[in-house]
Amino acid sequence: MKIVVCVKQVPDTTEVRLDPVTNTLIRDGVPSIINPDDKAGIEAALRIKEEVGGTVTIVSMGPPQADVALREALAMGADDAILISDRAFGGADTWATSSTIAAALKKLDYDLIITGRQAIDGDTAQVGPQIAEHLGIPQISYVEDIKVEDGTLLVKRKFEDRSHLLRAKLPCLLTCLSELNESRYMSIGGIFRAYKKDVQVWGLEDMKDTVDMANIGLKGSPTRVRKSFTKQAKGAGEKINVPEDEAVAIIVSRLAEKHLI
Amino acid sequence: MSKNVYVFAEQRDGNIQKVAYELVGKARELADTLDEKVYAVLVGQGMDAQAGSLIAAGADGVVLVQDEMLAEYTTEAYTKAVVEVIREKGPEIFLIGATAIGRDLAPRVSARIHTGLTADCTGLAIDEASRNLLMTRPAFGGNIMATIVCEDHRPQMATVRPGVMKALAADSTRTGEVEELKVAFSAADMPVEVVEVIREERTSVDITEAKVLVSGGRGMSDAENFNALLDPLAEVLGGVVSGSRGAVDAGWIDHECQVGQTGKTVRPDLYLACGISGAIQHVAGMEGAEYIVAVDKNDGAPIFDIADLGVVGNVDTLLPKLTEAIKEYKEGK
Repeated sequence: MKIVVCVKQVPDTTEVRLDPVTNTLIRDGVPSIINPDDKAGIEAALRIKEEVGGTVTIVSMGPPQADVALREALAMGADDAILISDRAFGGADTWATSSTIAAALKKLDYDLIITGRQAIDGDTAQVGPQIAEHLGIPQISYVEDIKVEDGTLLVKRKFEDRSHLLRAKLPCLLTCLSELNESRYMSIGGIFRAYKKDVQVWGLEDMKDTVDMANIGLKGSPTRVRKSFTKQAKGAGEKINVPEDEAVAIIVSRLAEKHLI
Repeated sequence: MSKNVYVFAEQRDGNIQKVAYELVGKARELADTLDEKVYAVLVGQGMDAQAGSLIAAGADGVVLVQDEMLAEYTTEAYTKAVVEVIREKGPEIFLIGATAIGRDLAPRVSARIHTGLTADCTGLAIDEASRNLLMTRPAFGGNIMATIVCEDHRPQMATVRPGVMKALAADSTRTGEVEELKVAFSAADMPVEVVEVIREERTSVDITEAKVLVSGGRGMSDAENFNALLDPLAEVLGGVVSGSRGAVDAGWIDHECQVGQTGKTVRPDLYLACGISGAIQHVAGMEGAEYIVAVDKNDGAPIFDIADLGVVGNVDTLLPKLTEAIKEYKEGK
């Protein structure tokens, strides 16, 4: 089975701050990792490959530094890695990002595409389903279990109050949860192999047959960030630091005033 | 020319979800600002009798798409239904609840009709000058808020977190039109077969419905303390026990009862935070509460920055006394 896994390199924390002057994210000193849901996607792909044979290709869109994330995926056992990187692709929203990644995937031969459910920096969960739509293939999101049966997939999808057991023919796109599996560590041999392999870098020129210039980068993005800001606190009320019995009496009287008791 | 505010009214097993009414409430406000109308889009099977509840909640009309194939949610059939409605009606704004179903459906729809989509919005407003929708959402785990606009594509689409918007009180005297839009479905619209639907038994109460939440965090020390102190307090207040991520990760309470960015958004009348420091991810889920009381031993805890009444104290000794005092007060009343 030819499996493609789409991954994103993200900052290893949700504790990022805004620079008060430039109003941009302070990323300095924050290490980058493979997005956790995407890493579960790599693991799922490697397990399917081990079971039924095939290849695992990793695709990422991002700046040249994302090479590190792709090398990590190679060290885990992936066969090939492609970095989609070009200034023309920068500033993309989820629509333009998914259009660009779909344009790259159109150049590949695939049976199954796996993405993470959502990235921990943007939290949108939109790019996976949008890629599926651009490619015209079905999607199953929130995947928590995958079985391959006679060339079809038997997939368990988790919603809030129920799970669906679904059967899908290939090709198909899955978006998976980090709870799907425990991903393996890079092996020493894997790390050596990863640095012997080439990460292919695809720019605009390499994708000119499949990419639509109207659908990429900032210009191809239907949405724009009007402004970003750090959240305003609601504003503190009254704070008391008094003996316990007195504190209890104050709480009771406030609750009574508000008709909450 | 695009016009009117449309809301996807999510139903499961024929029950319209609470988030649908919340979105209709918000859509009413946006449409009134634009001097336009609100329509709810109800997709399913055998939903006729329930359409009226959306009108009572503030919609001017309901567009029904019904078919046997729509009884249980599937991505492709629902995408087709919603896309048909959008192509037929040309909405200015289209809102969808940021539930698992909404977050599966909305990106697919936006990609098909080529428009922008803003995920998990917590604030929606109309820009007076441009009449565009201002969509505000948290990113980076709630540390940063961004306001997004979609200027040149229609409809302006957003998913909205459940519990963030307020439903209007149902008014059964309101009137509106229910229109059924015919969409032809075939086997090709079901590329993924639903083999089985596994419903989970609800083991706990829905914390988003509770008027009073007694919520515990890491400061409750252990599972025994968590239950022994919070359960009686919740009982005397007629409320429900919830928890922070710390309490859920420690296994003291089920994930279903987690308040915060990775849990649920709640807006009870009273939120009593016990031993919760108030990380921004937690605050994101409860700051809409009407009245917030926080008890924590750490004087510098960020929860005190948003609490209406902050009490610096030891939960272990204070909470039992509070339970007794409330009991006495109620008996004496």
